[in-house]
Amino acid sequence: MPGSEKKSILPILELRDVRMNFGGVAALKGILHGVPEGIIQAVIGPNGAGKTTLFHCISGLLRPTSGSILFQGQEISGFVPHRIARLGISRTFQHVALFKSMTVLENVMLGRHPRTRSGFWATGFRLPGMRREERRIRESAESYLELVGLKEISHLQAGTLPLGKQKILEIARALATEPRLLLLDEPAGGLNMRETEVLGDLIQRICKYGTTVVLVEHDMNLVMDISDQILVLHYGEFLASGSPRQIKDNPAVIEAYLGES
Amino acid sequence: MEKRSEDNREVISLLNGVQELFSGRKQLSVASYDGYWVSYGALTKEQTKSCGLVGSRRKGGDDGVVDGIWLGTDLLQYTASGLTVGAIYALVAIGYNIIYNVTEIINFAQGEFVMLGGLFAVFFLETLRFPIVAAFFAAVAAVGVVGFAMERLVIQRARNASVLSLIIITIAVSILLKGGAMLCWGKDPYSLPPFTSGGPILFGGAAIQLQALWVLAVGAVVVISLSFFFHRSLYGKAMLACADNPSAARMVGIRVRQMVLLSFVLSAAIGAAAGVAVTPISLMEYDRGALLGLKGFGAAVLGGLGNFYGALVAGLLLGLAESFCAGYLSSGYKDAVALILLLLVLFFKPEGLFGSAEAAKLKRF
Amino acid sequence: MKKTDRWIFLVLICLIAVFPWLAQNIGAISHYVELMIFAGMFSLVCLGLSLLMGYAGQISMAQAAFFGIGAYSSGILTAHFGWNPWLAMPVGASTAAAVAWLVGIPALRLKGHYLAMATLGFGVIVHIIFNEEVDWTGGPSGMVDIPGLSIAGWKITSEMQWYYLVWGVVLVVLLFSFHLLHSRVGRALRAIHEEEVAAEAMGVPTFRYKVQIFIFGAVTAAIAGSLYTHYVTFLSPSSFNLMWSIRFVLMVMAGGMQSLWGALLGTVLLTFVGNEWLQVFADFEVVVYGAILLVVALFLPQGLISLFHRAPGARHNPVSPASDEG
Repeated sequence: MPGSEKKSILPILELRDVRMNFGGVAALKGILHGVPEGIIQAVIGPNGAGKTTLFHCISGLLRPTSGSILFQGQEISGFVPHRIARLGISRTFQHVALFKSMTVLENVMLGRHPRTRSGFWATGFRLPGMRREERRIRESAESYLELVGLKEISHLQAGTLPLGKQKILEIARALATEPRLLLLDEPAGGLNMRETEVLGDLIQRICKYGTTVVLVEHDMNLVMDISDQILVLHYGEFLASGSPRQIKDNPAVIEAYLGES
Repeated sequence: MEKRSEDNREVISLLNGVQELFSGRKQLSVASYDGYWVSYGALTKEQTKSCGLVGSRRKGGDDGVVDGIWLGTDLLQYTASGLTVGAIYALVAIGYNIIYNVTEIINFAQGEFVMLGGLFAVFFLETLRFPIVAAFFAAVAAVGVVGFAMERLVIQRARNASVLSLIIITIAVSILLKGGAMLCWGKDPYSLPPFTSGGPILFGGAAIQLQALWVLAVGAVVVISLSFFFHRSLYGKAMLACADNPSAARMVGIRVRQMVLLSFVLSAAIGAAAGVAVTPISLMEYDRGALLGLKGFGAAVLGGLGNFYGALVAGLLLGLAESFCAGYLSSGYKDAVALILLLLVLFFKPEGLFGSAEAAKLKRF
Repeated sequence: MKKTDRWIFLVLICLIAVFPWLAQNIGAISHYVELMIFAGMFSLVCLGLSLLMGYAGQISMAQAAFFGIGAYSSGILTAHFGWNPWLAMPVGASTAAAVAWLVGIPALRLKGHYLAMATLGFGVIVHIIFNEEVDWTGGPSGMVDIPGLSIAGWKITSEMQWYYLVWGVVLVVLLFSFHLLHSRVGRALRAIHEEEVAAEAMGVPTFRYKVQIFIFGAVTAAIAGSLYTHYVTFLSPSSFNLMWSIRFVLMVMAGGMQSLWGALLGTVLLTFVGNEWLQVFADFEVVVYGAILLVVALFLPQGLISLFHRAPGARHNPVSPASDEG
């Protein structure tokens, strides 16, 4: 995990006029925003606002139609996802994309992939370097599991876990890639209050260790509770940005949410 | 140039047409076959002229004896045969599209329907002594039943199978059909008499067999009727609806399972029609299905999977490409032409000539 | 899981070592040794295919083509140019690797049916080339007079010697494959199969791995082809056609795609079924093969090995398509 390095005054993530069109549909209409390093940034908005699309653009699953995305000052729009992961951005998915047939431990071990290097030949012939690395991978994965409180069940098949634990596991897997920026896509979706509390606690700990967290979320309590900054999107456009208190009282935001029902 | 058995078959049937013009000359042995040169025995110039064929080629001897008959200008001849075989590919491609549109399944057994069509027609004609027209429709119906059985017995059970399993399943059915055909009809090639008798039509220096026109006619009839069926009839529109959105279709009362069944039966019938039409020209045997199916798939993808007019155009294009390659380049590699085109399309433009890139991305694969 | 694998491996070594002695003493099955030689060669093909299909989740209907590339490379270099077979073999393997790279890069961007058809088309094209390039390959009439193998002057002539050579190679490749699976590479492959998008998001270069595994499969098939050439000393394109590619896929599927043991089991079983027990059926062989394939695909998509894996908590999902959207 990134230690408490000096925080840069440059935003860790910058969105410059990011647009995303699917055929005739404009999912993102020119998003302009900067995320300072080391905070918890929430992205909220009614359904269809383009939040997950934004995540896909940042993590490289989609190539923005125009505009640029800068990570630590470097242009990353159009990069392949695995390169972006190597650079230090990791994420979870709305529908929990765990490797269900692998064990809890194996899922997190997979997360170590971008920080390790044993290749085909070293692995096939089981060279000493590879064996050492494999041990380090296992130890590292175990420590991440311990961090999130899943160590006891590391041998269980990931697909058999209840949803709450699956979401936590997915976060542990993402953490194992040693991200400087962690994107969480609706981590509290389907969780009860107790589980949401545990989740919020974990996210705050992650941030304290130096990882910037951006989360898309519908659970307003959680958002108001833990976020440092909130960005509000509406129909793919910027609507408002500010601290939780500012957003709560922002009339345009209230209108957008109430107007939806 | 080495003889290959497939070339021999085409020659034999070509000669069947020519033979009528040579009454009394029964032994026509093939010395070599090189694209559209048919060399055989020794014919005098007068004999050549008397059969009305256009030209002749001299080889070796200088005593006025010709040893080859030139069947017309290359280009026109190749075009004619290319369109003929292209029509078959188009029909196979259309068969793929029908099933794909309704179920998103690629039916690897499509080529076997063509093969079975030809062989069933032989059965009805020769064993049961049906007249040729009745044999045509009986064969189409019989293969339709095969399609019915395939859907009911196999496809229905595979509704939740993975993509990989579905691929293997339809391949397995194609192997079963091929094996069955081998058991029933053996390994020999079979022939059908042409739908109408008569020598080839001479047109601008090319000799066009009447049966080729029949193939094109069958193709045209199929395409036009399908067009009416899908866009004007309720059943056809229902089938298109299933392809688009099965759940919505179900909700408005369309029986999706029935539509799936219909799609298989229809595809099988169309394939069979193609098979019966082409057998008089190029014979039919138990193992022709695989290559036909592959090339037909090539045409389907080239035209844009799911697009009927695309399949039509692409099939004809593929046939022409293959024919020109056989004529001008090398007849041994002609099968590779369609396959190379298939690979090129898949690699560089998987949505085909007429499909849209975005629609292609939305499909299951 | 790893410990059981180690035990099974040891048991397998013992069985392999003992089998020929047993078989040769029981007259009725003494020809089984030869069948096992072929089973061993096919196992090499199927191990690679198993990694590709069962673990990386891709499909290839072209393994017979790579088998043939290895076979004809060895045949041509030794029979036409007098090369040492042991030098020709790596050339064959490298040729197959190069071809797999060239074809794999555009093909592996495709999924599902498109990938299957692309590999199928490629395989048929290679078969046509084998048939047409008569000057090199002898065409349909075949290529003869291919020399046998010898190690440091010792000619490998007897069945027993061939058996141990082939199965020795199989064991090495098996070991290599197991090492791959229980490692960073193996996890990456399984991740690609289950949730390709998530794997990519976790830093796995999915496309690169797919190509690498495809090349690996091609290389093992080519090595098998080279061994086949020198054993049979006669080559004909009909041994490398589409039906063979389908047979290899069936061997992997019937045994169990997500298990190397499954691949071995399926291969050995189907080699015997095809060459021995179906002889009774003769003409029916094609139909029976199709029926087996159908039954396996419909009712036992996890293969026979899944019968050994009833315990809950054991891995195994039904083979699932690559996930739809991220």
